Amino acid sequence: MSDSLPVLRSDGRGHADRAAAFLRDEPHAHWHDQAVWFVRAKRDRAASAVPEWERLREVASRIKAHTQARLADYLEEFERKATAAGATVHWARDADEHNAIVHRILSERGVTRLVKSKSMLTEECHLNPYLEARGIEVTDTDLGERIVQLAKEPPSHIVMPAIHKKKEEIGDLFHEKLGTPEGLSDPTRLTEAARAHLRERFMAAQAGLTGVNFAVAETGGFVVCTNEGNADMGTSLPPIHVACMGVEKIIPRLEDLAVFLRLLARSATGQPCTSYTTHFLGPMRGGELHIVVVDNGRSALLAREQYRRALHCIRCAACMNTCPVYRRSGGYSYTYTIPGPIGIVLATARGVDGHASLPFASSLCGSCDDVCPVKIPLHEEILTGRRDLAERGLQPMSKRLGMRLAALVLRVKLLYLAAGATARFLGRNLPRGVLYARWNPWGRQRELPPMPRETFRQLYRKERRPRV
Amino acid sequence: MSSRDEILRRLRAAAPPPEALPETRGLAAPYADRVAQFETAVAAVAGTAVRVADGPALADGVAALAARLGAKRIASAVPDAGPGNVALEALRDPHELEGVDLAVLPGVFGVAENGAVWVAGASLHDRAVFVVTQHLALVLPAGELVNDMHEACARVAALPRGYGLFIAGPSKTADIEQALVIGAHGARSCAVFLVG
Amino acid sequence: MKVALFIPCYVDQLYPQVGLATVRVLEKLGVDVVYPEDQTCCGQPMANAGFASDAAPLARRFLEVFGGFEHVVCPSGSCASMVRNHYDALIPGAPGLEAVKRATYELCEFITDVLKIGRIAGRFPRKVGLHQSCHGLRELRLGSSSERLEAPYSKVASLLSSLEGIELVPLARVDECCGFGGTFAVVEEAVSCMMGRDRLADHVKAGAEIVTGTDVSCLMHMDGLARRAKAPLAFRHVAEVLAEAMP
Repeated sequence: MSDSLPVLRSDGRGHADRAAAFLRDEPHAHWHDQAVWFVRAKRDRAASAVPEWERLREVASRIKAHTQARLADYLEEFERKATAAGATVHWARDADEHNAIVHRILSERGVTRLVKSKSMLTEECHLNPYLEARGIEVTDTDLGERIVQLAKEPPSHIVMPAIHKKKEEIGDLFHEKLGTPEGLSDPTRLTEAARAHLRERFMAAQAGLTGVNFAVAETGGFVVCTNEGNADMGTSLPPIHVACMGVEKIIPRLEDLAVFLRLLARSATGQPCTSYTTHFLGPMRGGELHIVVVDNGRSALLAREQYRRALHCIRCAACMNTCPVYRRSGGYSYTYTIPGPIGIVLATARGVDGHASLPFASSLCGSCDDVCPVKIPLHEEILTGRRDLAERGLQPMSKRLGMRLAALVLRVKLLYLAAGATARFLGRNLPRGVLYARWNPWGRQRELPPMPRETFRQLYRKERRPRV
Repeated sequence: MSSRDEILRRLRAAAPPPEALPETRGLAAPYADRVAQFETAVAAVAGTAVRVADGPALADGVAALAARLGAKRIASAVPDAGPGNVALEALRDPHELEGVDLAVLPGVFGVAENGAVWVAGASLHDRAVFVVTQHLALVLPAGELVNDMHEACARVAALPRGYGLFIAGPSKTADIEQALVIGAHGARSCAVFLVG
Repeated sequence: MKVALFIPCYVDQLYPQVGLATVRVLEKLGVDVVYPEDQTCCGQPMANAGFASDAAPLARRFLEVFGGFEHVVCPSGSCASMVRNHYDALIPGAPGLEAVKRATYELCEFITDVLKIGRIAGRFPRKVGLHQSCHGLRELRLGSSSERLEAPYSKVASLLSSLEGIELVPLARVDECCGFGGTFAVVEEAVSCMMGRDRLADHVKAGAEIVTGTDVSCLMHMDGLARRAKAPLAFRHVAEVLAEAMP
């Protein structure tokens, strides 16, 4: 399987360098860690109010496993029922086809002003620049997304796109772009300014685009969850609604939806439920509904047994919020549409170019596995990613040789003992300036461990005669 | 081969072995006092639950709410709540909803677990009304409360198919430094009247 | 009862006193300890870096050295988990693998689950912070993790808290990773060190005098940071705490 994948080119130290750059502003890094941890803590409180939480996770995981085995059947059922309800279903093999379909729908109807609610799929496909280059004004309407759009940045988090920005920074941005008073940084007043600005955009929009949280095969309907109501605004004022979904968004029945809705908002933001959980079935009165079903690498991911559970993901971002590395390196350090543990797995498994450092941006602590509402074995899949890189010869030569040498030494007891004794001797006797020189990343901020004269086995033998 | 057929073919070729679809019933325990739990849950999502005895009390409650909010343009789709002064059926275009201060809309049932209220699209002349209005009041018979989302989705499945949504409190955001701000794009407040 | 000691390579080389403390604790609990001298390393450094083919011979070697023992006890959750949870991927279906996996225990879980000893007679009148190392916690389930909604338990904390006079200090983040993570500690040096310093700050704030845990690797990382920063913390493996406490 791995032979047919695109080559994952090395990005050198990649994530590690970008993380180090993020950490150069240590107070900001601490602030980021605390801000994101705060969401993890909210999630803990919300989950603990649900005594059957662990059973819900298990059931959710099994629903997803069941659905994966029958994705094509369920998509066909969904298409049939959605079409019967008046929607038009389009199919896109990849990002280019997706963008072309969306553009065609809009341009054929003379749409030049589009409002969008959050869709990581359209981020993945880079839809905004595609449409903008063709003369369509695209307004992201989720507040966080609008902030990063105005700042000409991608989202740094999939639920809270502007989590990396301090309110003063947003105040400056709004002052420049929206004309708010200079120095205004109060979140309530900034939100109010965005409300007024975006209401104008909603009123002027000719079409609205949304993502899809869940598509229900049994009904042909789909569900979009927001707290702000921006998806509802964008799909109830303009008459044209375009909804973009990955093939994995399908679930079989409404009763399955209950399981996921109970898990999603609690895992994402610690709320029992989002403010608006809207079930779309058919177009609005006098309007049109277009659903674009997108593969873009998902079927290839499904074919890879060791990674396919990553397709369970419901994009709650709990793995980001809990990840001690994400919290201290920021979303941009991953340079992939989706950061954090799930982003590492998706980028690696899909062979996205230039992300070979990502599987190493994890201490393999496993917190993500335990927090994931659909039980994706994330740290296992990250480890699989490292193995894939090694097998395909994509780890740096120095590391490959180092590991080969270490393994040889460790296989021969006498070599192991000699190497250990030599290292400890050097550790005790080399001048500090040599031990802690540039070659030694351990010693940059840490003291080396003690270098005892005797090993455990020597001391043990002294204490008694060996019995084996 | 069309993209559709190609995607379906790839998904079939890649499909893992079949797995049974699990049972979702019996996952949540019943609340001892469903109404009290619903009221607590509505408050937790930044809404306000108001209990009223009957139709006249509802009309009084809505009038008091409108007065408190200073609402001048009121649209009502609930006859018992009073007629309001914006005729929803007369609007030809949802954009005309801009400027509505308070919308009073019927809920079908409420969910004790999370304070959400199911609003059926069929009861709305325009979908936009619940989100364009500055403030929202939902009206619900007090007996129409389900325990949890499992019961709620079963209820939705039994209703005529169509557009509809769960509304849990007012519009909100925490996108600026995690500070909770009520009234992002949609309603700035959400009162839920439980009648009876 | 006879157990084979599995002393991780870095404990053998750098922290011999932890191995000796493990022997003492087991012997005081009435266990007959043997140390198979042919052991070197379980292969975790290579396996975790992705080099499965380099790690596999070490896994096979481990089976040769420890095959046939009814119990294999290790003062490291991470290395015990390597055998129990990751050898399958390295040497799938190897003869004797299942038996060795079943036999291998981290020290504290061996005491609570095999010896069925819940309380340790001993005295340790110090303020202690428990660092719950990730692989022991989330791969061996030595305790409940803060992410999962389950009845809280900790095999390590329950043994420690049975010591007379000990005070286990409450942490703000009860099981956040220290940032050691094997090669992660050097590959992602900047993040690793910030993670470690954050753990230190949590322990200091909680009033810990001593930080303990099941894995010397995590303690080595935090100790290295603490010594550089001259933080007022000492680090002792849980075996050292128990050995010192037991009369």
